[in-house]
Amino acid sequence: MSEKISLKIDGAPSLEELQAAGMLPSVEELERKACVCIECIEEIPCNPCETSCSQNAISVGLPITNLPVIDREKCTACGLCIPACPGLAITIKSIQGDKARIRFPWEYLPMPNRGERVAMVDRMGEVRCEGLIISTQNIARNNRTAVVTAEFSKEFVQEIVSMRRLHEEL
Amino acid sequence: MKPNSKPAVVIGAGPAGLCAAIELKKAGAPVILMDENAKPGGQLFKQIHKFFGSKEHKAGVRGFDIGNELLAESLQLGIDVRLNTEVVGIEKDQKVWAVENRTRSYVIDADRIIIATGATENALSFEGWTLPGVMTAGCAQTLINVHRVLPGHCVLMVGSGNVGVIVAYQLLQAGAEVAAVIEAAPNLGGYGVHTAKVRRAGVPFFTSTTVIKAEGKESVERAVIANVDSKFIPIAGTEKILDVDTICIAVGLTPSIELASLAGCGMMYVPELGGNMPIHNEYMQTTIETVYIAGDIAGVEEASTAMEEGRLAGIHAAWAMGYMTEQEMQSKTEKTRERLAALRQGIFGLKRLIAKERVIQRGIAQ
Repeated sequence: MSEKISLKIDGAPSLEELQAAGMLPSVEELERKACVCIECIEEIPCNPCETSCSQNAISVGLPITNLPVIDREKCTACGLCIPACPGLAITIKSIQGDKARIRFPWEYLPMPNRGERVAMVDRMGEVRCEGLIISTQNIARNNRTAVVTAEFSKEFVQEIVSMRRLHEEL
Repeated sequence: MKPNSKPAVVIGAGPAGLCAAIELKKAGAPVILMDENAKPGGQLFKQIHKFFGSKEHKAGVRGFDIGNELLAESLQLGIDVRLNTEVVGIEKDQKVWAVENRTRSYVIDADRIIIATGATENALSFEGWTLPGVMTAGCAQTLINVHRVLPGHCVLMVGSGNVGVIVAYQLLQAGAEVAAVIEAAPNLGGYGVHTAKVRRAGVPFFTSTTVIKAEGKESVERAVIANVDSKFIPIAGTEKILDVDTICIAVGLTPSIELASLAGCGMMYVPELGGNMPIHNEYMQTTIETVYIAGDIAGVEEASTAMEEGRLAGIHAAWAMGYMTEQEMQSKTEKTRERLAALRQGIFGLKRLIAKERVIQRGIAQ
């Protein structure tokens, strides 16, 4: 299966498309430190990632349709950019031992609870592995975009972007 | 120049009309803002997503919060907002005929008129399209985000432009399932970040695909979709059945030009901007010197561009009425144009930018 062109056909970018845009950290980098992943490969007029960053680690510049450029040296993985991105395109990932961690934006109810087992999904919405909810954060500054932290098996670190929606028990 | 005491009448209190009225009032000009709805804000109050752009464009702020900010500003300025008021005619010498609460009719002698009536969603006809459960995406968005009513439990979204994918996402947020987003063109239309968040929620996208039939006894129970060829003709034998109870149509919008047409504004056909629309110059002035347009009536774009166009129209009208110096008008116009230009860059904005340039060149020539 060719995964070259995906965004405009399947709706989600392929790993190749993301790597070509130079935005994804390598596994080695993820083992070294937590890294911001910005999955934004189209020139749209938008720059809140840049203005939300207190470390000047993300630059868009002018015109504001430039793709964001990450300075991994400056990035402290604080996560302010995750709820700031109107496209919900930013996550922060890391690897520790045989586990990977992801912090991702979440705008669905019900919210997952700490300690809950959830189904982690890839860009196509396919369930790939189980995840454990480490924490959820939804402070006022997030403007109603929660940030969820989950842990899962490190072999899926490049594919996992979110979790499957939960359903309210009736 | 002695300021004119006749008011400017702004028709339509959506993002464009509100911003136009705010600029006029800030300059000290008398202004009346009319809207046929019971509440101002146009479509802003159903936009629950965060807007794109930069800080100056209120990026990261949700649409309804922008609506509330504009309302608070118009309230603070003391703008005369007349709700439940339909403008039913514009006659010679800027006479605006309005009907209030469907009971009282009156005519206002306006100095300048700004028409910000927005756009209307396009329909798509197919077998069974009159069944209950077939609706425009904007209708579904109003139901879930304004009235908090879920139109159905399993939805087919027809059209992958930003409206289609944003409403698909909001339907998921409201608790519905989305069976698929289909697109007749070979490529998806909306922003990739919007399609990606719908895709990772498990919603499949089908390109080169259209809906050919809605089936059901009393209301929609199934949709039949099929692949289309390069001429958008369905290919026999490719039909697929989806068990859905709602079909949302998001196949573009057309500028609502009726009042501009009544006012005698010159029109031109611009397919990239939604079809027939009034010709206008770089100050949003139509071929009738005293009549301006702003927002989706001047070409279908977004709320953020509509707000800037509203400001352009309001600033120029305030100057034309004698409430602003030429220097102030030019400097404010320049700043607004810079913000507007920033929104029309990149692969998505370029087509609109070129089309807008074509309209404005016609507007300047006339």
